[in-house]
Amino acid sequence: MSFTIKKEGEIVVVDVEGQLIVGNRQELKQKVLDELERGEKKFLIDFAQTGYIDSSGLGVLVSLSKKIREQGGELRLANLNDDLKTLFELTKLDTLFQISDTRDRALASF
Amino acid sequence: MAASPPSDAGLRVSLEVEIPSDVAYIERVVELIRHPCAELAYNAHQLALNVPVALSEAISNAILRANNEDPGKRVFVRADVDTQRLVVDVQDEGAHFDLDHDTRDATDPENIEREDGRGLFLMRALMDRVERFDANGRPQGNVVRLILSRS
Repeated sequence: MSFTIKKEGEIVVVDVEGQLIVGNRQELKQKVLDELERGEKKFLIDFAQTGYIDSSGLGVLVSLSKKIREQGGELRLANLNDDLKTLFELTKLDTLFQISDTRDRALASF
Repeated sequence: MAASPPSDAGLRVSLEVEIPSDVAYIERVVELIRHPCAELAYNAHQLALNVPVALSEAISNAILRANNEDPGKRVFVRADVDTQRLVVDVQDEGAHFDLDHDTRDATDPENIEREDGRGLFLMRALMDRVERFDANGRPQGNVVRLILSRS
């Protein structure tokens, strides 16, 4: 499992490869917070290569969403497969995040 | 004429795993239990969502909440899988807790922006049944039992 960060224009794109779970959530949080401290405002997390997400992983997304909003930024999500969509729907987190079906649509939505 | 392969109906897989109170072990335990479920043709959503997420929550609760990451305490996981259902017992060495009292409705508007508190809710949403009982023969400890019928 790993997190890859790259820039697409003004947008910081994070690819989550493997699981986003209690054992690695801090790594994702720190990577995004480092970018936020550098002044980045627009963030996209892409789950195209993600396996499963546990409640700690969901919690870190909620936490990042708040911190980014506090700095006047935006966090969007893309490429949730059917199972990840179900997870977000079960917890109603689909109402908290702006979620796009594809990376391109998410990038265009900023 | 070659004999047809035996049906899976008579197969049962039992596993016992013991781990330290360290979250780094969770993913491996999940894979150890997910594998026989895949062999016994549990459906794709159960393999990708119900089984790994509910298991991850149960083990994570045992390590973080019950055992408080105490290196002197262990987590014991026992799984029985057959073509009918998966039953997993996750046993900790922590103080007793009340499953109903401690389960928070993650969909309540007051809770949606919380960073924590979704673990028991998800476990119960993703399994057919979740039970908690006292660990047998120990002064302290909980067994959380997860039950999922194959579909």
